[in-house]
Amino acid sequence: MATESAPTPADELLKGLWRENPVFVQVLGMCPVLAVTNSAINGIAMGLATSFVLAMSSTLVSSLRHFIPKQVRIATYVLIIATFVTIVDYMIEAVSLELHGALGAFISLIVVNCLILGRAEAFASRHRVGEALLDALGMGAGFTLALLALGGVRELLGSGSLFGVALFPEGFEPWVVMILPGGGFFTLAGWLLLINYMRGSRRATATTAREAAR
Amino acid sequence: MNEESLWSVFVNAALVNNFVLAYFLGICPFLGVSARMATATRMGGAVMFVMLVSSMCAYAVHHLLLAIGAPFLELIAFIVVIASTVQLVEMFIRKVSPALFRALGIFLPLITTNCAILGLALFQTNRGYDFAQAIVFALGAGAGFTLALVLMAGIREKLELATVPDVVRGTAIALMVAGILSMSFMGFAGLGA
Repeated sequence: MATESAPTPADELLKGLWRENPVFVQVLGMCPVLAVTNSAINGIAMGLATSFVLAMSSTLVSSLRHFIPKQVRIATYVLIIATFVTIVDYMIEAVSLELHGALGAFISLIVVNCLILGRAEAFASRHRVGEALLDALGMGAGFTLALLALGGVRELLGSGSLFGVALFPEGFEPWVVMILPGGGFFTLAGWLLLINYMRGSRRATATTAREAAR
Repeated sequence: MNEESLWSVFVNAALVNNFVLAYFLGICPFLGVSARMATATRMGGAVMFVMLVSSMCAYAVHHLLLAIGAPFLELIAFIVVIASTVQLVEMFIRKVSPALFRALGIFLPLITTNCAILGLALFQTNRGYDFAQAIVFALGAGAGFTLALVLMAGIREKLELATVPDVVRGTAIALMVAGILSMSFMGFAGLGA
């Protein structure tokens, strides 16, 4: 945007992974983040489905940005997103019925994921197609990463396995609460704590360094 | 067709499978509008109303689409119906109570992207509720959403007075509170079966 000094393409791609991570930093799209991450594989599937919708709709919104009247832009974006979500929904049902059952209504609910509409409105409608696509891919990757981080922790502690492979010895008593809804809230809170702590200590070292320099 | 009694549909939607705390639907307004008690109750009321209207519309749309043989349009049709309902409610509130309109601010148009509303429409279709069941389902879900929002707002008002470490401030503490609330709602399991 205008305030930044012409970000490089790599920058557009990478900012979604960490600096502007949609889940951990912007706290967007919370519903699927918490709902489907009771196992790592569900998390990845959801992340990929969302990334696909995000990439396709960002590209389309960006390429149509001169033709969409300003007054009805949100409605138009929602229609574009809903179309791609319908495609993904039918695609997943055709590929794996089991996965479709596990994710359930949450595939359809990608439509109302604030992340996608947010990127369409804040980025894709103001940038060229290439930049919009890169941004969407980065954000999608960041989203998938966050879902994996949550799903991995919850599956590991809640069922003692990762991607369905048992990791702990027989004697391990799984923490059932981690798979239940409450565990979702706790795991996300834990990750946010960790990230806040890391940012806090980095800021603290930066301040002490500045004061030492003075 | 679904044979569940109306009472059980209501209790299930409001308490046992609370939309916010068990299905994680509508987390954004749940975290965003729950700082003040007064706003929380009004937001709950607005969501409940939108749920009721869009549930009825969704029922009609579902049967219309089945009749013309285009079920793949369902998602698109639902979202359009919800968006127009929200627009209607927005105009209504602006006329009746400008103060409330300002208090709700950005969250009113955001009801459109509240997954609880679309989730309601999808769930009622998936479960094959008839018209009466759909209405009770919407009322129950709205009541459950309001309940969760008000509980959360009450806790957060108290939390303002507590000393909280800097790292936990903001979303992290809210999520922890939500986790504990969600665990306590698990105590309702088995009710209304």
